[in-house]
Amino acid sequence: MIPSKFDYVKPASVADAITALVQGGDDAKILAGGQSLIPVLRLRLAAPSVIIDLGGIAELRGIREDGDHIVIGAMTPYHDIIRDDLVKEHVALLAQATATVADNQVRHRGTLGGSLAHADPAGDLGAVALALEAELVIASATGNRTVTAKDFFVDYFTTAIGEGEILTEIRFPKFTGWGSHYEKFNRTAQAWSMCAVAVAVKVSGGTISEARVGLTNMGTTPIRATGVEAALVGQPASADAIRAAAEHATEGTAAPSDADAAADYREHLAKVLTGRAVLAAAG
Amino acid sequence: MTTTADPTTLEIGKARTRKEDARLITGRTKYTDSITPHGTLHISVVRSPLAHATITGVDKSAAEQAPGVIGVYTAADLGVEAVGLPCAWPITPDQKAPQRPLLAVKTVHFAGEGVAVVVARTVAEARDAADLVEIDYDPLEPVLDMEAAIAPGATLVHPELETNESATWVFDAGAAGTGGSVDEAIAAAEADADSVVVKRRFIQQRLIPAFMEPRSAVCDPSGEQITLWAATQVPHILRTMTTVTLGVPESKLRVIAPDVGGGFGGKIGVLPEEMLTVVLAQKLGKPIKWTETRSESLLAAHHGRDQIQDITITAKKDGTVTGLDVHLLADMGAYLGLVGPGVPILGAFMFNAIYKFPAYKFTCTNVFTTKTLTDAYRGAGRPEATFAVERIMDELAVELGRDPMELRQQNWIKHEEFPFTTVVGLTYDTGNYEQATDQAMETFDYAGLRREQEERRKNNDPVQLGIGISTFTEMCGLAPSRVLGSLAYGAGGWEAASIRMLATGKVEVITGASAHGQGHETAFSQIVADQLGVPFEDVEILHGDTQISPKGLDTYGSRSLVVGGIAIVKAAEKVIAKAKKLAAHLLEASEDDIEFSGGQFTVRGTDKGKAIQELAFAAFMAHDYPEDMEPSLDSDAVFDPENFSYPHGTHLAAIEIDTETGHVDLRKYVCVDDIGTVINPLIVEGQVHGGLAQGIAQALFEEANYDDQGTLVNGTFVDYTLPSAADLPNFDTATVSTPATSNPLGVKGVGEAGTIASTPAIVNGVIDALRHLGVTNVEMPCTSQRVWRAIQDAKGNATQETPIATHSPGAGLGSIDPNNPQGETE
Repeated sequence: MIPSKFDYVKPASVADAITALVQGGDDAKILAGGQSLIPVLRLRLAAPSVIIDLGGIAELRGIREDGDHIVIGAMTPYHDIIRDDLVKEHVALLAQATATVADNQVRHRGTLGGSLAHADPAGDLGAVALALEAELVIASATGNRTVTAKDFFVDYFTTAIGEGEILTEIRFPKFTGWGSHYEKFNRTAQAWSMCAVAVAVKVSGGTISEARVGLTNMGTTPIRATGVEAALVGQPASADAIRAAAEHATEGTAAPSDADAAADYREHLAKVLTGRAVLAAAG
Repeated sequence: MTTTADPTTLEIGKARTRKEDARLITGRTKYTDSITPHGTLHISVVRSPLAHATITGVDKSAAEQAPGVIGVYTAADLGVEAVGLPCAWPITPDQKAPQRPLLAVKTVHFAGEGVAVVVARTVAEARDAADLVEIDYDPLEPVLDMEAAIAPGATLVHPELETNESATWVFDAGAAGTGGSVDEAIAAAEADADSVVVKRRFIQQRLIPAFMEPRSAVCDPSGEQITLWAATQVPHILRTMTTVTLGVPESKLRVIAPDVGGGFGGKIGVLPEEMLTVVLAQKLGKPIKWTETRSESLLAAHHGRDQIQDITITAKKDGTVTGLDVHLLADMGAYLGLVGPGVPILGAFMFNAIYKFPAYKFTCTNVFTTKTLTDAYRGAGRPEATFAVERIMDELAVELGRDPMELRQQNWIKHEEFPFTTVVGLTYDTGNYEQATDQAMETFDYAGLRREQEERRKNNDPVQLGIGISTFTEMCGLAPSRVLGSLAYGAGGWEAASIRMLATGKVEVITGASAHGQGHETAFSQIVADQLGVPFEDVEILHGDTQISPKGLDTYGSRSLVVGGIAIVKAAEKVIAKAKKLAAHLLEASEDDIEFSGGQFTVRGTDKGKAIQELAFAAFMAHDYPEDMEPSLDSDAVFDPENFSYPHGTHLAAIEIDTETGHVDLRKYVCVDDIGTVINPLIVEGQVHGGLAQGIAQALFEEANYDDQGTLVNGTFVDYTLPSAADLPNFDTATVSTPATSNPLGVKGVGEAGTIASTPAIVNGVIDALRHLGVTNVEMPCTSQRVWRAIQDAKGNATQETPIATHSPGAGLGSIDPNNPQGETE
């Protein structure tokens, strides 16, 4: 289908983008890869008057090391993240989860910042950012501010990004040497997650010393499975212990119901998949 | 007369890559939407978001003032309230057929039905203005459930018909004299301690054909003939039906189906939008173009399947089947499609399948609901039949404690029994079920997998293994015109072909079977190359334009090769006969002494001869030719076979089920198909792969879901889950051949085989994996959620009902709520 009419601007700097955003007001929409926005426009479910394409801003794209963080520009496409050596070494969970997103075409166009700012609870990368305690850098006309992932995800498709603000980079603490796994369950190979579990664990001498667990599509935002994390720490990395800890996976969730999965089935999946993800990460 | 060329040079059997692919794959061809005559105006149809409602007002004023808008029209504005779209298949003399208007007149009968049409200078302006047309509706009760629809007191879809039942069609082998009475067989089995009666209900869910190229039509009214380009499978039928519908003389119409991107039966109709382009082009004197969006396509293009099947099988305890009773309810949707009412009837002759049922009865009631209409979808009636019989054979095997393959072997027609006349009176000419099955079971390692299944069951493995069987046959090559006539089908089933021998020795072949992705140009060229002994590259296949190919009955029902291909052979035989006469004349020999082989006409016992190209040139020059012939080798033929063809095959699926999550993994799929002579093994493999994907999709992935208001809730490819290659294993396909005796090439047809055979193989495998856990049925599609719930139910654990979220409260054109694209409820 054909979108409604809109103006299109492609600024070359973050400053110019913010200016355009402020001018556009409520009717402006940011294009950051477009893998969700374009279908919504084509279905005429949204009709912004101006589209601000961040694709021309070189400073928003790229991956660098900054002390004990890996810093990823918001407009870095999935494809680059999956193949990046720094990410693979220090934030392997992000590379693993990103590799499961949709199909190859989407992974070349879609961006990490676009996905996080869209904040679809079925999107795969929110749970990773949350579990790994990423920090999100948000720019505005008055300067930059940094928000933790915990504070970033507010509600369905709602983040801490305010009016006139743009997400510019995502800072991941290093998890060098941790085991990790993203366990995804979907209707078809390239569909959204019905439920998925992001896990990073540190195992020392057969015992889990630290654990991070994030859940995809188990509520209105990505969810940190703190109950599972607490139950895992100090436990042996054994199937029985892990399965017992995974029983806490539904604590604090508000599983949605849809045609693919009603809430009870999603809750069941969350437990099973959590067990499998932790086992794979610890193995 | 046939060629006797050196078999090593034969084109038939060669795995040629398709000559049409370069232009199709690179997108450098012309599809209908690529055609924009000068001055073309574009239309957008304003569609009802409601399933059933009275139209109380249409406010066009805002739309009429929008930029670029030429006009906004309702049926009344166009004067077409009395125009009805055709249904060509009155299955019974008293079939109830409501008039299907080009645009809804007073009442809308399904969500997606057109109410008004906007004409504008650009397609974007037409779309923008369509959003501005304000239509007021008074909602009526939707009619969604077939059983409720035919119960007394039901809301009527078309009150003037006084019922929601369109027709009930019965075939009773006892009454027809082709077999025994099933009522007697059931009564006898119920009274006999040595017999069993097994009854099951199966649901054929509603499917969406989902062809790749959306439907499109362009009508240019200038010129002596009105030209209509359409993304259609049936350009010839469309021409005739446009005449029937709108009264434009057939001679004043030229219909062109350019390259068409898939159809699967979904492009067999005569569309309201196609007729609107003609009406508007005539009214405005300008070319008019319509191309649907994907959302419109999923919502408003006809759907497929949607049957409730009540099946009863009777058998002796030794396994011998004694009767089969079939009761169907078939959802027609809101109106009757072009051949929609006949689709379930095509299945009537296939429920008995490859088995020797002595008694049989088929009863089908076609029902109206306020849903999108249904019509042909790949297999059309035969997948439904095959599913039911292959599922009930498995159920009977369980009832009798028998291996399901062994039970089939006991009951199928043995290879030495062909030709075999079945309980419905069809004569299967050839087949060898043993051969295909033996090869499939060996490739599959049936015995090894049964052992593995036993071990997994014993170990209580969280991943259980199921083995699914489907030993199918189908009736292909929709033709015998007399048979179609006896079923009250509104056309014959012949196909036409012409061969033109050009002066330079090249060959133009005209066929009435117009391809929409099948590879006709390649396969037909291979046939002609062998028949005439000319190089493959010298053959051009022309089709899809009623000016070039004036005569034809088009492409559906796996008929192109077995009917259209044979028409080409018949035309080639006439070319050779003429060439032989000319050769005899030029070589000063008796016609009886002329031998034809590999493109050479030679005088027996000499080295004197003429190549077919030389004869084509001689006929063109016409300086020297026999008195009693015209100077031309060109020939026409129309072929109407006397019987259907009956491809068959054995399909085996190994299914792994993760019992903790319900996830179904198709681990291995083996099929051995007997499709008679293979013209091009590469095309056959492609057809089988695509067919399998589509049949497996019915078993595991696809379903058109409606909510309780009659809204299609998964009307985008985000949530109408078509599988991709990533969801399917490597298929292990093979062919064997017992050539058909009903045509000179021995071909049987392959377009639908994979779709027809695979669905029951998958579902039988799913249930086989879970049977020992107490699961007896899983509805299609067998999603992980359904499988998990079936396991929980069998364990006695109550789980909540599967809800269907209402995703599209808006225009009914999509399912993505921008604030809730996954449809979560809070």
